[in-house]
Amino acid sequence: MTPQLLVNGLVAGTTIGLGAIGLSLTYSILRFANFTQGDLIAWGAYLTLTVASAIAGLLAGLAPATPLAPFSFGWTLPVALLAGMALTVLLALALDAVLFARLRARGADAIILVMAGFGASMALRAGLEFIYTSAPAYFTHELQIARPLGLGMRATPDQLLVLGLTAVLVLALHLLVTRTATGRAMRAVSENPALAAVYGLDVARVVRVTWIIGAGLACVAGVMSGLLVQIRPTMGFDLLLPLFAATILGGIGSIPGAMVGGLVIGLSEALAVQLLGAEWRAAAAFVVLVAVLILRPSGLFGRGA
Amino acid sequence: MELLAYAAFFLTVAMTYATICLGLNVQWGQTGLFNVGVAAFVGLGAYVSAILTTPEAPGRLGGLGLPIAAGWVGAALAGGVLALLVGALTIRLRSDYLAIATFGVAVALQLVFQNAEPLTGGAFGIGFIPRPFGGLQRQALPFAALNLALTVALVLILYLALERLAQSPWGRALRAVREDETAAESLGKSPLRLRLEAFVLGGMVMALAGAVQAHFIGFIAPANYLPALTFQVWAMLILGGSGNNRGAILGAVVVWAIWAATAALIAHLVPAGEQARASSLQLVAIGVILCAVLLWRPQGLLPERRAVPRHLGRP
Amino acid sequence: MTALTLRDFVAGYDPDLPIVKDVTLDVPEGQVLTILGPNGAGKSTLIRAVAGMVPIFSGEVRLSGRDVTRAPAHALARAGLGFVPQTENVFTRLSIRENLQIAAELLPRSARAARVAAMLAMFPDLAARPEALAGSLSGGQRQMLAAARALLSEPRVLILDEPSAGLSPKLVAQVFDSLRRIAQGGVTLVLVEQNVRAALALADRAVVLVDGRLAHDAPAAELVGNPLLGQLFLGARAA
Repeated sequence: MTPQLLVNGLVAGTTIGLGAIGLSLTYSILRFANFTQGDLIAWGAYLTLTVASAIAGLLAGLAPATPLAPFSFGWTLPVALLAGMALTVLLALALDAVLFARLRARGADAIILVMAGFGASMALRAGLEFIYTSAPAYFTHELQIARPLGLGMRATPDQLLVLGLTAVLVLALHLLVTRTATGRAMRAVSENPALAAVYGLDVARVVRVTWIIGAGLACVAGVMSGLLVQIRPTMGFDLLLPLFAATILGGIGSIPGAMVGGLVIGLSEALAVQLLGAEWRAAAAFVVLVAVLILRPSGLFGRGA
Repeated sequence: MELLAYAAFFLTVAMTYATICLGLNVQWGQTGLFNVGVAAFVGLGAYVSAILTTPEAPGRLGGLGLPIAAGWVGAALAGGVLALLVGALTIRLRSDYLAIATFGVAVALQLVFQNAEPLTGGAFGIGFIPRPFGGLQRQALPFAALNLALTVALVLILYLALERLAQSPWGRALRAVREDETAAESLGKSPLRLRLEAFVLGGMVMALAGAVQAHFIGFIAPANYLPALTFQVWAMLILGGSGNNRGAILGAVVVWAIWAATAALIAHLVPAGEQARASSLQLVAIGVILCAVLLWRPQGLLPERRAVPRHLGRP
Repeated sequence: MTALTLRDFVAGYDPDLPIVKDVTLDVPEGQVLTILGPNGAGKSTLIRAVAGMVPIFSGEVRLSGRDVTRAPAHALARAGLGFVPQTENVFTRLSIRENLQIAAELLPRSARAARVAAMLAMFPDLAARPEALAGSLSGGQRQMLAAARALLSEPRVLILDEPSAGLSPKLVAQVFDSLRRIAQGGVTLVLVEQNVRAALALADRAVVLVDGRLAHDAPAAELVGNPLLGQLFLGARAA
């Protein structure tokens, strides 16, 4: 593996890892494999893009949008990201209220929720194609030059920012779950929702918090991927298999596990691109998934299936 | 005359979808196994049969020129083997791992269809797949009618066979496993084995359906086996009534009719540049239908004859 | 003042086949009530329905006069109803301290830390290693943690489902000792228990549930040595 491969793999892996953390949390607390997580990523990217364009349009005459050196984007993107996260969270909460919460209240099996999510993901993705067409979109048209990092590795400032931001988010989230009352409540509900209610925890509130975190991270992952690659309606759906592979590899419910899983998938994809060619990239996640299911279905940090 | 031929064409395609739904119904309706890789099984059957039956072509492996029937048998066997591999890997694990694994298989096989050019023809796919009653191809009506008769006969035979199977001790044990695993276990049935058998049987039927469809259309390409196909088939089965074989057939005809009618509307009413966009609304509708049925009529149009299956939850 | 009131209470899993049928019951404040009855009589279903874990089909539940029928379980906990399930009654993947901290969230913020410390002081076994995962505790220690958790939020009514199930005789004595102390503190206790002798020794009053209906209601002392008991339990146990 060349050093540059390592950089490419890590950068791709951070997006997968962030998305996978959201998936892993919803999986362990809401107890179903949420097929809409990929589409929340895509919606997050498009919603942020829409807000960014709106801000740029409003301010067109006032302040020219100059990039924040050394990055490729101006101040509108971070602002739009916050708004995009809020909107993605609203979308996820609305989806839960309209669909998943009703099925849960009816006592439907987890697999029915999986199926409902599967149907909703189709509607969400096709909805994006209808609104924004399938032509790719971009947050920025600035070209960035990769700078040498030593050992023959190069990375653009945007890529380094993504790596740094991911590290901060993962650490913050890990502390939230292990050290705060909210995190304690999330762990309790993930182990036994009925007992959590007996202890006096409002399970519906914990479910809301879980959607907020999962959808917020999905939006960040979508914007990162959109910034470094491009924005397409299928970008989230294409990430879904890597997300599931990373989640199961890391062990469902484990935040560090999901991040490590994401990085492993990112690196495997980089390796597949080098060894087999770019057209086989997506096969890497499948191979990892099969290997985990054969060797250790509970994952690296899992608690035994 | 033309209208009749078109009606026959429409119904023939609907019958191939009905076959896929019958296969899926063995897995989901009878057994409660959620297969998110329907497109993979259908596509595998189509490609295997095409490779076995097409005439030799330069630059492509396969092209064995075998009879159509041999292609169909090969397709069913390939579907069974794929189902066996996926099932052996995941059926002992939690129920949604099967969904995730079949989703992965669909992604992986789509890559093979796209990229294994020497075998699959890459993005262009495989053409000149022999059609049943191909000698009559120039006479539109008899050709269409005979093909329709063939697919109707296939659906009928499968329907009768699957109904018999559902009433057999095997079918009853299968439903017992779906409703209450521990109770079934105490009857001396191995739930894992029963589920695996049902998954393999369903996979074989779906792959056979893929082969039948490929031979009727005459050419195949990777774009036919995208996830949208899986969504369509699921909408058919859930709307029709999971667990009910007649529901599976009805759902296939109804959803395919809605699909074909809206596609025709879009082609006539929407300007060419906007057609791709308009057809994405069709997919939105499929997703919404699937969710709406799960919410408001989980038993579908034709419910299973027994009480509402417990795994659907109380409506 | 009545701590807990049930009126024409009907509950179960299937509306067509209710398990608890038309139970009417008043539990005065500070009373220790034990619910007895053969296996399958619906004792557990009754108290689980009161605690918000099993659907109630008709009738009403009042907690200190306030109607709490069909309130969600967490709202009941906030209203002063403590419930200790028979099994799976602690979070095994959380530490002992975290188990107590969750329960402490029902109290005003300023009181929480002191109350957790007080509870640990009351159960030396738990205080020995408060950061250990509850999953590493023995069966008896788990029951203590479950009781400590339920007591911590100072409930007015505490309902326990077979607190001595699966415990050695020595531990059963310990559990009933702590229950006696709790009762002396003025908490209203409702107890479903297989260990009839121990339950009657603790209780002020006993009701007998047969096929989901109240069949008998008497001071506990009256039931000790009652031939009805033998008929109900020794027979049921031998079967």
